[in-house]
This record gives sequence, structure tokens and C-alpha cells, in this order.
Amino acid sequence: MYKLGKLTSCFSLMATLMMAAGIAYAQGSASGSGKFPGIGRAATPAEVAAWDIDVRPDFKGLPNGSGSVKKGEAVWEAQCASCHGTFGESNEVFTPIAGGTTKDDIKTGRVAALADNKQPQRTTLMKVATISTLWDYIYRAMPWNAPRSLSYDDTYALVAYILYLGDVVPDTFVLSNANMKQAQAMMPNRNGMTQQHGLWSVSGKPDVNAKPCMNNCVAFVQIGSTLPDYARNAHENIALQNREYGPYLGADSTKPPLSKLPGPGATGIVKVSMAAAPTGPAALFKKENCSACHAPAAKLVGPSIEQVAAKYKGQADAVQKLMVKVKKGGAGAWGAIPMPAQDQLSDADNKALVVWMLTGK
Amino acid sequence: MNKNQLELHSEDIPYVEKPKDQARLRKAPEHFISEDFIADVNKNGLDENRRGFLRKGFLSAIGGAAGLAAAPAAFASAAGDPAILEKQEWQTTLGKNVATMPYGLPSVYESNLIRRESPGLTRVSAASVSFTPLQGLFGMITPNGLHFERHHQGWYNVDPNKHRLMVNGLVKSERVFTMSDLMRMPSVSRIHFIECGANTGLEWGNVAVPTVQYTHGMLSCCEFTGVPLSVLLDECGADLKKGKFLLAEGGDGSGMTRTINLDSALKDAIVAWGMNGEMLRPENGFPLRLVVPGVQGVSWVKWLRRLEVGDMPYGAKDEAIHYIDLMPNGLHRQYTSIQECKSVITTPSGGQQLLDKGFYNVTGMAWSGRGKIKRVDVSFDGGNNWRTARLETPVLTKAVTRFNIDWVWDGSPSIMQSRAMDDTGYVQPTIKALRDIRGTRSIYHNNAIQSWKLDSNGEVSNVQVG
Repeated sequence: MYKLGKLTSCFSLMATLMMAAGIAYAQGSASGSGKFPGIGRAATPAEVAAWDIDVRPDFKGLPNGSGSVKKGEAVWEAQCASCHGTFGESNEVFTPIAGGTTKDDIKTGRVAALADNKQPQRTTLMKVATISTLWDYIYRAMPWNAPRSLSYDDTYALVAYILYLGDVVPDTFVLSNANMKQAQAMMPNRNGMTQQHGLWSVSGKPDVNAKPCMNNCVAFVQIGSTLPDYARNAHENIALQNREYGPYLGADSTKPPLSKLPGPGATGIVKVSMAAAPTGPAALFKKENCSACHAPAAKLVGPSIEQVAAKYKGQADAVQKLMVKVKKGGAGAWGAIPMPAQDQLSDADNKALVVWMLTGK
Repeated sequence: MNKNQLELHSEDIPYVEKPKDQARLRKAPEHFISEDFIADVNKNGLDENRRGFLRKGFLSAIGGAAGLAAAPAAFASAAGDPAILEKQEWQTTLGKNVATMPYGLPSVYESNLIRRESPGLTRVSAASVSFTPLQGLFGMITPNGLHFERHHQGWYNVDPNKHRLMVNGLVKSERVFTMSDLMRMPSVSRIHFIECGANTGLEWGNVAVPTVQYTHGMLSCCEFTGVPLSVLLDECGADLKKGKFLLAEGGDGSGMTRTINLDSALKDAIVAWGMNGEMLRPENGFPLRLVVPGVQGVSWVKWLRRLEVGDMPYGAKDEAIHYIDLMPNGLHRQYTSIQECKSVITTPSGGQQLLDKGFYNVTGMAWSGRGKIKRVDVSFDGGNNWRTARLETPVLTKAVTRFNIDWVWDGSPSIMQSRAMDDTGYVQPTIKALRDIRGTRSIYHNNAIQSWKLDSNGEVSNVQVG
């Protein structure tokens, strides 16, 4: 179309033309296969740049920039530590980022703890083989509640800081597009991945094969594992997770197992009648996703209902105060993880929830 | 007998009415136990006092209706079943109007069968899993409202008017499509299963969860409608000689990315908007998701916004840190994608209760990421002897196949298993065979034979054999 010497001037001319035409970019492009006239259009360079942010293991897609461990520490403390912990050990919610790797692992590129099974948990640095993965994911999706808010340099600094937490680089280290390759060569588990298996391709060869034996296949049937008695009701009452009629009912897991078969009368199982759809503040608590962060007695991401009730006990304006907190959200009262504002709640629902949390009614 | 077991004596058992089980014939004598008593037993269990009350009630009932006790199968009324003899509310009043519910909902009697989270599995609900209640489903299709969920950063109602799909990378023309563009293209509708790579992952080391909802409930099967991936890539002039891989990227905050191996995706992957005849549900990627038949669910990128053709795998977070399978030697298998042949008996299954000896239909689901189900065998003796089950039609490639088998239970303990075979000749392995090769820490791709133990009290529980 436009035979211009330089690509950049081509772009700027295109941009000018588009502006002149208003929605010129929305016009059909002749550069499709031609099979489907009128469908789709060419992507503009700015659009591709806006979305094509992936960084591959060979660093294709990696933008220029740099960041120091020191800067990384500052960004980490401000944006990451609330979920991942000050030293990358993470809190009880998220799996740890650093730890479990040794100087020797950095030499061999294989994390020894993955084979000897001495680490209770697998950290990110124990697993990840490619430094590009850290860069790509942090830039694309972190922090969790504000993805795409970090700059290129922030991202370099954070990757540098994570490597520092794993004793891979010293505290004076500065990571940049120029030395990513050298940093890759120090990744503790860089040689820890294999693609030699049958599950990557549909025609791959299975690693475990069985034979369809039909009769007298095993000499002795031994039960190797069962659910412990204390876990019987850990998934709530199974009777209420099945139909209350039909060939198979659910066992009442709130009680010990029956001693014998109920019999043809279906009568050993005493059950309440079909539960109506739950309403009231307890149901609201779940529906409004409060239960994602708050449990009745245990601290999850946020304080437990018990803790909240105890804190506000005896305060005359507790309901008013808490209603404002629920509506506006905030951080600091119970730890660093912020509670998001709950603008969607009506005042009536908000009040019902708060009264229920404080009084149980 | 375990002393924790509730001691119901045989003479007590027939006289505790199970309310709302109208489908069964109820035995005489009845109606002498109050609703309050049932509620009390529900709350406090059946102790010696309460049992005494039952016996007393029984005696007085005998006194009032002598002879009935000798004929335990008789009705309370000699004339027959009250469900027939008495007029029911729904037979004697005017029902609800059409379109009372403009978008229909299941019966209120179905409220027990819902998606559920497994307590303790994940700590943050925006990056969690909800499991499909397989124990109550029929046939091969998962209802849209019960399709399992797995989100990495919560779900959205994405505005379809603002949703775009970009195709770039090794293509002649980097192109952008609106939903209206895509839905004008030639579409296909195909039924395929989707299974999370971590389905049954909790059970690698030992039995961990009680029911099939939690052991196998990250499995669904739907009819998906969309434009074949190959048509879309062809339209953009993809260089498929060099470009053997595809990066699929979601439009959510996690910007979920996965590398797709184009070798089979070119044959059957779909850029889909339809699910069981309606648009995708928001939890399942409305308005657009990638459907990659036979491949684990994480690759079926939701809220799909970009496809990039490339000449090497991308090493994204969910294929370089998660969704990698740890082997006993400390190596991780990367890009494990294919869901190998697997099956499970869904009814009866863990946590269910049989009431009586006699005839039962035993049923379950079988599927393979490599093709069609060829055969399913069922064992009732822990894998010693097997019988071949009936496969319900249609039997489709990379779709759930329903199997059924007749069974008469004699009341003795049993261990039930199903074992599927696909048309490549692959046979579903035992958990022991899998562990022998892959250890117990790989988390993903556990396609072992599932064992359910049936006790003589009629209760079914999750066990592992060997």
C-alpha cells in the first residue's frame, strides 16, 4: 500500500490516517485468506504491542530495563510481602517463593531436595527452571489484586530480589535485559525439567501400561488406605450432598456409621426433610463472598467472626463503625492484607451482616 | 463392631420413618413418631432413652393394630399407598404460569446437588476449585450450572461487545476479531470432556476425600460450539511449518497463558463460544474459550483474547511452576497435557448408603484424551474378577462415555472398581502401577482405577487397594 522506506514512518503515517478517518482501523483488511470477506481486520502495531507481552525462555519478548536487589526489596515490601512474606516464605495462604535451594544446586542446576524429599513444601525457586517465567508472570499478573501495575524496571528488580532471597545472587546484584542469560545460567533447577514423556502429544507413548485381566487377577486384595474416622464429616454432611430418594442416598456423616443395613424400609437413616434454600445473614455472608476471607472461628486471610465480635464487644457504636468498615474496606486493623470495599452491599444487608457477626443473630 | 458405630437394633429399625422419601413404600406401623422426635434424633442421635421410646411406641402400635407387625411389608392403611390414595396438592390446585421462571431452574428437590469446594484445599476462593456433583449426574452431559470451576484470579462477566481475539506471531496477517466476526464464521458443535490435570490429585499418596465429587469432580462434558482453530489460523496465514506451538492467553487479570501443542490441536481444537446450546457461562470463560479436546483443563484458556503462533513452548507460569509432574528422581515432567484413559463408578460411590440387598444398576463414566472408549470392565471383588459393562451411546472421541452394569447385592462386603480401555488399546492402571513409575508426589494426571468399599451396613467409602 505505502512504499515507505522506514517502518516507523509507516506506522506514524498509518496513525495519522487513522486519526483522520476516525475509525479507519475498524475497516476490513484485504490481508486475510480471502475466504471470509468482511470478517476480522489487521491488528495495528500498537494493539499487538499492548497485548503481546509474553516473554519466552529464549527471551523473545523481553523489554529493555533493569532493577537492583535493593530496589526490589522496596517494591517487595510495599507490594508483595503482604501475601508472600518478608523473606519470600509466604504466609499461610500462598505457597512459598524462596527457600529449599543450595549453592550446590546452583552449580548443578538440579535442586537436590526435590529428590531426597527433605523439604516439606516445594518453593517456586525449587521448581522453576526458566527465569523468563518469573519475569513474564510477575509483569503480567502481579500483584494479585492489581495486575499490570508494575513497570519493566520494577519487574527486573523483583526478579533480582527473589534470586537474592534464594542466595542465587548477592545483594549488590542488578538484573537487566543484558544479563538475563547469565542469571538463567544460575537458576537452581534449570536442568530439572524433562519433556521426555508421553503426555505432551496425543500420539505419545504411555509410561504405565496395564493388562485387562478378567478372572483370578489378584491373589489377595489388601486395602492400603482408607479415610480416617476423624475425617468422616470433614466435607460436611454427605447425606445433604445426595438426593434424598433413589437407589443410593447419602450417608449421614454427622453420625457414626450404622451398625447394620437399614433394611427395605429405608428407615435406619433419620433425616430432616429437604432443606429449603438458605436465607438470612449466614447465607448472605457466603453469597457476598465474605466467607472467602473470613471464617467463623479460624483466621483465614482476614480475622475470624469470633475475633471481630470480641474486639467490638461492649462498644455502643460497634454496628455503625463496622458498617463503615465493611462498606469502605481498609487495612491495618488486622494485618497488612487489605479488605476490599463492599460498595455493592445495600445498607440493610450490610447492617444484617454486621449485627449477625457481632451477635450471631 | 467398632464401638463408635451407632447401635441400632433390628427391632428398632423399621419404625423410624424417613420423611420425604415418598418414592418408597413405607412400612407399618407408622405415624407414631412425631416430627419433633425425628428432629431430636437428628440433632442428638439415637441413645438408649430414645430407643426405649421407639420400642414403647412400637408396642403401643402393635396394641392398636394387631397383626400388622407380623406383615412388615403391609401399608399403614390396608387399602394401599397414601401417595396414591390421598390427593396431593399438585393434583388438586392450579399450578404456576408459564415463564414464571423466565430462565428455568432445577426442582427445589435438587438442591443437594451443587458445586462444592473441598475444605482446606485452597485458602483463597478467587483462586480455587469447585467440584461437579458426579454422584447425582446421568448420561454424558454436564449441566451448565454444575460444570466444575477453576479460576486463577476470580471470574468476570466480560462484556462481549468489548471482547476481542487477536491472532499474532508466525502469521502472514496479525488479525483482530470481534465476537460478531467469530460468530459469522463456519462453526462446529462437538461433545468433549474437560478434566483438570489435578483431578484425583489429592489421592496420589493416600485416600484424602470422601466422595466422587471431590475425587473426580474436576470433570465435565459438554457440547461446545465454535470455529475450528485450524480455520482461524488458516485465515491469518499461519506458518505451520515453523509454528508448531500456540500460546493461548486469557483476558482475565491473571492473563492465563498456556502453550498448546499444535500437532493435535489443528485437528480438533475449537475457539468456542457455545456450551450445551447456550453461550458459555461466565465461570467457564464467557464469551470465548479455547477447547482443546483430550488435553487438561488449564489449556482450555478462558476469556480467550490472544493466540500466538510460535516455534517453541513458552514456559508460562502454569507450565513451568505449576502443572508440572514431580517424578521420584526429582525431575519434573513439563508440558504434561494429555488426559489418559480413566473411569470411575459414580453410583454407588463414596459416602453413599445402600438401604437394602437386591438388584442395583451400577453406573459410571469413562473417558480418554487419546480417543474413544472401547470397553469398561467392573469388579465387585477388589479387582480379582471382572465383568464387562454396557456402554451407552453415543461413544464419542475424547468425550465421556456412560457405562452401566446390572448387579444383585447379597449383603456381603464388596470392593467395586471400574477399568476403562480406549481404542489405542491402553488400559487404565491401578494406583500401585502408577506409583511404581511416578511416585506419590506428582500431583497431576492420576488416572488410577478407583476403589469403593461397600460395607455390610450398606455404606460406601473411598479406599485404595494394594
